[in-house]
This record gives sequence, C-alpha cells and structure tokens, in this order.
Amino acid sequence: MIKVENLIKAFGPKLAVNGVSFTVERGEVLGFLGPNGAGKSTTMRMVTGFIPPTSGRVAVGGHDMVEDPLPAKRLIGYLPENAPAYTDMTVAGFLGFAAELRGLRGEAKRQAVNRVVETCFLEGVLYQSVDTLSKGYRHRTCLAQAIIHDPEVLVLDEPTDGLDPNQKHEVRTLIRRMGEHKAILFSTHILEEVDAACTRAIIIDRGQVVANGTPQELRQRSDVAGAVSLRVQGAAGPVVAEKVRQLPTVRKSVVLKEEGATVWARAYPQAQARDGEVEQSLFQLAVRENWKLGELHVEEGRLDEVFRAITMPDTGRAEKEVTRA
Amino acid sequence: MSSTSITKSPSALAVSAAATHPSPLGNILTIAKRELAGYFASPVAYVFIVIFLLLAGFFTFMVGGFFERGEASLVSFFVWHPWLYLFLVPAVGMRLWSEERRAGTIELLLTMPVTAWQAIVGKFLASWLFLALALALTFPLVFTVLYLGHPDLGVIFCGYVGSLLMAGAYLAVSCMTSALSRSQVVSFIVSVVVCLFLILAGWPPVTNMLVQWAPPWLVDGVAGFSVMPHFEGFQRGVLDSRDALFFLSVMVFSLFTTGVIIRSHRAG
Ligand SMILES: Nc1ncnc2c1ncn2[C@@H]1O[C@H](COP(=O)(O)OP(=O)(O)O)[C@@H](O)[C@H]1O
Ligand SMILES: [Mg+2]
Repeated sequence: MIKVENLIKAFGPKLAVNGVSFTVERGEVLGFLGPNGAGKSTTMRMVTGFIPPTSGRVAVGGHDMVEDPLPAKRLIGYLPENAPAYTDMTVAGFLGFAAELRGLRGEAKRQAVNRVVETCFLEGVLYQSVDTLSKGYRHRTCLAQAIIHDPEVLVLDEPTDGLDPNQKHEVRTLIRRMGEHKAILFSTHILEEVDAACTRAIIIDRGQVVANGTPQELRQRSDVAGAVSLRVQGAAGPVVAEKVRQLPTVRKSVVLKEEGATVWARAYPQAQARDGEVEQSLFQLAVRENWKLGELHVEEGRLDEVFRAITMPDTGRAEKEVTRA
Repeated sequence: MSSTSITKSPSALAVSAAATHPSPLGNILTIAKRELAGYFASPVAYVFIVIFLLLAGFFTFMVGGFFERGEASLVSFFVWHPWLYLFLVPAVGMRLWSEERRAGTIELLLTMPVTAWQAIVGKFLASWLFLALALALTFPLVFTVLYLGHPDLGVIFCGYVGSLLMAGAYLAVSCMTSALSRSQVVSFIVSVVVCLFLILAGWPPVTNMLVQWAPPWLVDGVAGFSVMPHFEGFQRGVLDSRDALFFLSVMVFSLFTTGVIIRSHRAG
C-alpha cells in the first residue's frame, strides 16, 4: 500500500532524509525507529503529501503522491507529531469537520463520528473545547480524526508520545488490532513498542535506513543474542567465569553480578557451537563442580542494545568494552 | 482501546462506501464554515464588530460632520472606510494562516484530500463574509438618512459594494501576509504597512507632493496601485467595471501569492 523509493529531502544544505526506501503492505505494522532528529517526521510528511520530496518517489495505493495527490490522500489517515487540533472547536465539531472533508455527510458522518468516539473513548469530552483537553485526550482526538474514514493506510507520528502508561498500552493494542487489515506506518523512539505492536521495524539514523527486519531479526543482531546466562551458587564469581570460559564450546564469559553466594554469569558460544551445545556443557559443568544451578537460559538479544550499537556506534563500542572487563 | 473492533467490520465497510468524493465547492464550503465558526467561538468576533460599529459611527458623525452637511447621503460614512479598514481588516485576517502554522493544524488540513487553493479560498471567503456581516450591521445609518430626507439609494448601494470590494482587497493582502509568519502580530504589522501603501499611493496629499519632483507618468503609475481612486467612483455612485476589476485583481493576485508562499514553506 505504501511504497517509498529512494526518498531524499534537503533543507538547505542539510539532508534530513537521505535515500530512504521501504514498503508497507496491508496487514503490516511497520515501526519507524530512530533517535530524535533522525528524519522520521520528515519522511512521514513526505509520505502523507504535506511536503514534497527533493527527489525520490512516494506511492500510496498505487497513486503517486506528487503527480496524483488527492486519490492517494483519500486512502491515508494521518496523526501528525504533537497531535495538532483546532483549539477553537469542540471535539464533536472537530471530528465532524474531519468527516466532512473525508466526504462523509448526514447519517454516514454521524455514524463515523460515533464509531471513533467509542473507539478512542471520547464520550466524556465530546462537547468540550479542544483547547481545554488534557494532552492524552487531545492525542486521542487527533487519532480519532485519523481513523474517521476507516482508512486503508495509517501514518502515525509518535502516537504514544505524552500518554500515560495505560493510554500507551491502549494505543498499542489499537494499532496492533487495526494492523490486521490496514497498512500502518508508525514512528516511535520507545523500543518496547516495537515488540508490542510491530510486525516489522526500520531503524533510521541521520536520514538513512540502518536496519530493516522483524523485531526478532533485529534482536539477533545484538551482541548478546545466542549467549547463555546462568545463575549458580557454590563458587566465587571469578572461579565460575574461568571454569565456564575453559569449556570448548565457549568463546568468552563474563560475571554479570555477584550477590552473597549467588553468581550471575553469561557465556558467549564459539561460532561453530551447535544449537543446545552450550547449555548442555554448562549443565554438565555445574553437575561436575557441584554448583547449585538456579537458572539457565539463552538470550534472545536486546533491541535497545541493537539500537544503541547502530545509532551511536562510538558509545556502543565503549560499553561493550566495559562488559568484557 | 475498547471492545469495539475498528477493523473492517461490516458497518465500517458501509461507512467507507458512504463516502463520496466531495466537489471542490463542497470542500471550500466545509473549510469556510469551520473558519467562520472559529470567529464566533471566541468573544473576539463580537468585540471586533462592536469596535467597527463604534468607530464607523464616530467618524461619520463626529469627524465627518454627518449632520452639518445638510444632505441625505452617506458620503461622510464611506469616505472613512479606507482608513477604518486599515487596522480592522488586518486584525481579522492576521490569524488565517499564522494560526494554522503556529498550531500545526496546517499539517492536518493540507494532508486531507483538499487542494491548497480550496483551503485558501475557503478561509478567505469565511473572513470576507465576516467583514460583510460587520458592514451589514451599519444598516441603521441607511434608515437614518431615509428618515431625514430622500437619499439616492443607488449611490448608497454603490458605496456598500465598493466598500465590500475594498475590504476584500485588504483582506486578501492580510491573508498573504499571514502566510508569511507564524506570529499573528508580525503578520498584522506587515499587512498594515502594505495596506497603508495601497492608500497613500493615490491619496491626494501624497500625490500632490510627488508631483513636485516625479514625472507625471510615474505618479499616475504609482497611484494606479492605490485603492483611493478606485473607491472614489463607488462613493459617487459610479459603478465602473474597471474599478471593480482593480479590487478583484488585488484579491486574485494576493491569494495566488498566498498559495506560492505556502508551497514554498512546505518545500523547505
Ligand atoms: N522545516 C525544516 N527546516 C529545516 N530543517 C528541518 C525542518 N524540518 C526538519 N528539519 C531537520 O531535519 C532533521 C530531521 O528532523 P525530523 O524529521 O523532525 O526528525 P525526527 O522526527 O526523527 O525526530 C532534523 O535535524 C531537523 O532539524
Ligand atoms: Mg519527529
């Protein structure tokens, strides 16, 4: 539904977006991750037709956004950054206005407004002026505007920004559910949202896509992905680390934490180690040394670590040195 | 968020099917309606109308010497309009685009399936209608002259038409300057300066001064940009299509430039 090819946006000499390409199909929720200033909002503004690209192409539902904007815009619902809304209107008036611009009149308009009011929990503030709304309600009002015509494509710029934890959870659930039948592109800098709502994620940094994959695939790029963590009692930290490192399947080991008699350690497998081999040898080691094994699990990898390593290469390396010591 | 599914349930499909593609005129009306409601949502609109009526009355009776003239006409009313509008029209027009840009709602509006010119025309028409309403509320003056004598109603009608056209021209200029800045104050000031030029360029005290040292063709050329000579005819009851055309071209030019300015902001 959304097809973006080699998108470039220059503000003066500065390239805010530099050669971004991706597609979002129906049934997909694409998370758009990146640090502040990475170019997420600028990309979304080009996708929704608010600003024209310096070069590159955006097509929504097969309609080129520059050549043929109206049919493309009809397919999109858009929640801009900071959820702008006309402050001189009531919530009902604002939603009615959005419905009319979407071509809904009379009974269809009334039904559409009722539907989004229910979906976004706006009954209580329906006749309240938008400028008296709390941030959470204003956000939901703007979100309601975006889904009023039940669009096939949703573009949401930081939809959970400024919401409290319950509201964040509600919005993520809503995004995931709507994503079953729509093509959704949403940006965030909160990593847990990728797991909570996305089928795929793109990491963008300084205007360029630096990673693209399912949350699972991204996690596997993490340094700790595949490492085995264990918790044992019966020996001091350095002893545990040394014995673990001497196993033929282990490349490197670290003590994560030591508290009283309990040691938390992590073993990094050799490149040629087969599935389950490290766990097995660790288990046997514990039996041999008569350690009390409290916990043993394979790390899936951590998104925040991948994110940091990719978007801040220098600090990422520095922190890795620390864990090795 | 709630148990109601907002995915493609049968009723949701019915909603999409019910959506028709609104005509350009439909979009313009929707936008104009919103804008007009926006004026009346705050007390500012009522304050504006009261100030307009008070000032119009003050100039007509106290400064213009309505009664001393001893004639049943509204000359002393219309003659002040170029000056009255100088501050009041930019006050009405300053928020048109500045406020959209400041609040970020321009991003909502221009990503809706509407064209920029539909939005520009819709917003302009709403504020013009608002000014027309304020002007219409001066009707007691017409009754006053009707009571006092036998005025030429054709001349009065012409005056109103000219005044409305002039207000539209000022307003289009304000619309253009409000697209220039996020700040309403800045757009107000720039607008007043431009409108002042439109007055002074053809105001006799200024043209008389210019004639001293500038060639006549230049004086005439500059004066051609002024609203003064074009409003003159309307006040005397002469409906000249060239005068009307002047005001309409100021409007078209300014609104077109508004579109160019908005486009250039978006291009970054
Ligand atoms: N209108 C603009 N004019 C100049 N620079 C801009 C403009 N909009 C965004 N930028 C710059 O482009 C970069 C990307 O911004 P943005 O897309 O808002 O990032 P993000 O949404 O990922 O935080 C930033 O460095 C920002 O300063
Ligand atoms: Mg942003």
